[in-house]
Amino acid sequence: MKKNKKQALETAVHGLFLLLGLITVGCVLLITVYLIISGIPAIWKIGLINFLFGKTWESTANPPSFGILPFILTSVYGMAGAIVLGVPVGFLTAVFLSKVAPPKIKATVQAAVGLLAGIPSVVYGLVGMLVLVPGIRAVFHIPDGSGLLAAIVVLAIMILPSIVNVSITALEAVPKEYEDASLALGATPVETYFRVSVPAAKSGIAAAVVLGVGRAIGEAMAVMMVAGNAVNMPSLFQSVRFLTTAVASEMSYSGGLQRQALFSIALVLFLFIMLINAALNFFLKRRGEE
Amino acid sequence: MKHQISGRRKAYCLLMKILMVAAVVFTCGVTLFIIGYVLINGLPHITWELLSTKPSYLNDKIGILPDILNTVYIILATLIVVIPLGAGAAIYLNEYAKNKKIVAVIEYAAETLSGIPSIIYGLVGMLFFCQFLGFQTSLLAGALTLTMMSLPTVMRTTQESLKTVPQSYREGAFGLGAGKWRVIRTVVLPGCLDGVLTGCILSVGRILGESAALLFTAGLAHTVNGFFEGMFSSGATLTVALYVYAKERGEFEVAFAIGAILMILTLAINLLAMAVGRYFKKRSSL
Repeated sequence: MKKNKKQALETAVHGLFLLLGLITVGCVLLITVYLIISGIPAIWKIGLINFLFGKTWESTANPPSFGILPFILTSVYGMAGAIVLGVPVGFLTAVFLSKVAPPKIKATVQAAVGLLAGIPSVVYGLVGMLVLVPGIRAVFHIPDGSGLLAAIVVLAIMILPSIVNVSITALEAVPKEYEDASLALGATPVETYFRVSVPAAKSGIAAAVVLGVGRAIGEAMAVMMVAGNAVNMPSLFQSVRFLTTAVASEMSYSGGLQRQALFSIALVLFLFIMLINAALNFFLKRRGEE
Repeated sequence: MKHQISGRRKAYCLLMKILMVAAVVFTCGVTLFIIGYVLINGLPHITWELLSTKPSYLNDKIGILPDILNTVYIILATLIVVIPLGAGAAIYLNEYAKNKKIVAVIEYAAETLSGIPSIIYGLVGMLFFCQFLGFQTSLLAGALTLTMMSLPTVMRTTQESLKTVPQSYREGAFGLGAGKWRVIRTVVLPGCLDGVLTGCILSVGRILGESAALLFTAGLAHTVNGFFEGMFSSGATLTVALYVYAKERGEFEVAFAIGAILMILTLAINLLAMAVGRYFKKRSSL
């Protein structure tokens, strides 16, 4: 009798933990299902081609038009710009920290990078609004400094920590023998780092870049504060709206088809992120195999 | 013996060295600049009056007491929910799961969750917690949204610390006739405390900095409430308040003051996380 009771308890506890374990799966399903259910109707009404490739977004006009090509292109350009600026800096910092820097400097710089990762995005936005935007206005002599360029610079700085940290992990996993062999053959240390260690760690570094892409495309608040938020096709000095900021800026006062269209934008953003996640997994797995 | 290195190779090495140092200087410089800029502009505006009052349109004064309280409430509420969920999931993965497929699915789900941008959490939180479950725009809805967001973090850190609990402890307890649940309660749980703690610190950092997920779930109100009353009413956290004051009202002094407070808290959390990590590392190496 007592044994049965004990067994029942064990089974119950096992079931409870299984349930807790499945909650993450539940969250992912919840998010996916909700985005699909709420995102599909507007796409259906507007038409997929009109929605994705329409060049005008006039959600409050009569008749309204819902084309999100400007948002998609802005997000892609903004992400690409952030990668072009952020990856070299992050990558070189990572090589320096993992291979060259003495332990004390390494610890200090890593602490700084940790801080950079912890700064809330609204603080990035605030500093961007008050330093970067006026700076761009003064340097390029344009009436308003807020726009794609400001957003790119802010994003580039925001993705630095992810790129540095993931690249360091990858570079430190390179077997010491590779480097020793290269040094013994007469290569200088710097040549060894860039021609032996970096190629050996390329999957990990690719993962770092993809992670940066994900961060850049998903950032909303900092971008909202510096990008100006007018609907324009992307150009460096013009006010632009990203996929994320399109959702955030109209959500509070939207209704009807406009609101549904905002959910559709979120669905598009979600699909981008899922693609990026798949790429990230691919690179991480390949690193595991190497 | 004389080293023969061509001029081109020398130039390459020198260039790469210069570039690396420049990158490091840039990274550190940007970090210092942002921290310094916010602190210098914000600290002078942090007054007792700002910290201890609520905003009043009558006197045209701004106080951030409600935002501070809301932040504390939302952190507490999120942690209360996320710790059992995250630690439980980690225990399941590490102690119970034998089916490799389930483990792979759960881990993939956790990775996916940590990659989803906060604005999407905000939207789904609004649709599910505020509308479907009928919580309206409230701190509770915000806290539940943040729970989904910080779940992977707590799960990962707990899992990592569970892996450091020696297998022999478990075997010893089983050998003495303890059931699985008893082993988990008495041997495994105490061993994963450090992971749970690290997860909490990281989550607090993330919650402090979060704004996009809270904008539509927890709302923008600035009223002083008690904990339980507050859970069911709308309220802005510090980050959301910063956004509103900077972007929508142009009150940059208040925004900087909040920014400075957030920076100090971020610094403190980073130091705390490092200290906790070092403490447990030292203890486990003994």
